[in-house]
Amino acid sequence: MEIKWYLFLSIALFCIGMIGALTRRNSIIVFMCIELMLNSVNLLLIAFSKMHMATVNAFGTSMATSAQIFVFFIMIVAAAEVTVGLAIIVMMYRNTHSIDINFLNRLKN
Amino acid sequence: MGITQILFWFLTILALVAAIGVISSKNPIYSVLWLIVVFFAISGHYILMNAQFLAIVNIIVYAGAIMVLFLFVIMLMNLNAEAEPVKNVYMKMAGIISGLTLMIVLVAALSHSDVQNTIIRPGTSIGLIKNLGKALFNQYVVPFEISSVLFLSAMIGAIMLGKKDPVKKISL
Repeated sequence: MEIKWYLFLSIALFCIGMIGALTRRNSIIVFMCIELMLNSVNLLLIAFSKMHMATVNAFGTSMATSAQIFVFFIMIVAAAEVTVGLAIIVMMYRNTHSIDINFLNRLKN
Repeated sequence: MGITQILFWFLTILALVAAIGVISSKNPIYSVLWLIVVFFAISGHYILMNAQFLAIVNIIVYAGAIMVLFLFVIMLMNLNAEAEPVKNVYMKMAGIISGLTLMIVLVAALSHSDVQNTIIRPGTSIGLIKNLGKALFNQYVVPFEISSVLFLSAMIGAIMLGKKDPVKKISL
């Protein structure tokens, strides 16, 4: 496959996630759209790692190894982010009995 | 059209349809189920690009752990489909238009670049767990350990946020 189809797929997934994050008011769905955007970027990183597979990095191994480990660390950070974010959403639901994202403007008081 | 291309287009259409299902379904539980379909399609793409380890990690971490966490939270909150308030239709249109504009701009900017015709060739052993594990525990061992500290702090933070009345407990 050519790289451009992966580029266009990642752009489409990212923009779908962005439309969801902008149009929905349920904060859990907004959070899921952010996960979708993260995954589209991961997919693009893997595609670029295949493109630069013949290049050698500073450690003497292929560039694709570094790229795949980079994606692995992105997944680690995303998992840690999800735990804290869901805890914040649960706390917000306990205080306001709603998960409407507009209730978050009460933080300013 | 080879088997790789047929699989690519099948997974692409599956991912896009499921992603639209995520943002368009009223019930949050259906959104979670659509998102699991998206993750499986992306894992299929990883396997097509010879990133087998990442495909398995994607299924285990995202579809297995994170989505179960989302389902637990949604079911604990006992949300109904009509619980979500209706957003202003002008705001909705503005979000859709800005998202589509971003997509058009990115596609138009990238469709004339030089890299667009680079062929992605299949068939390496880079994505296997042997190669990635050697690289992870030789060259990237410090970020690996730092990520364990990150997990510990995230766990402590989630417990602190999830407690009933954290302020009173701290002041004791």
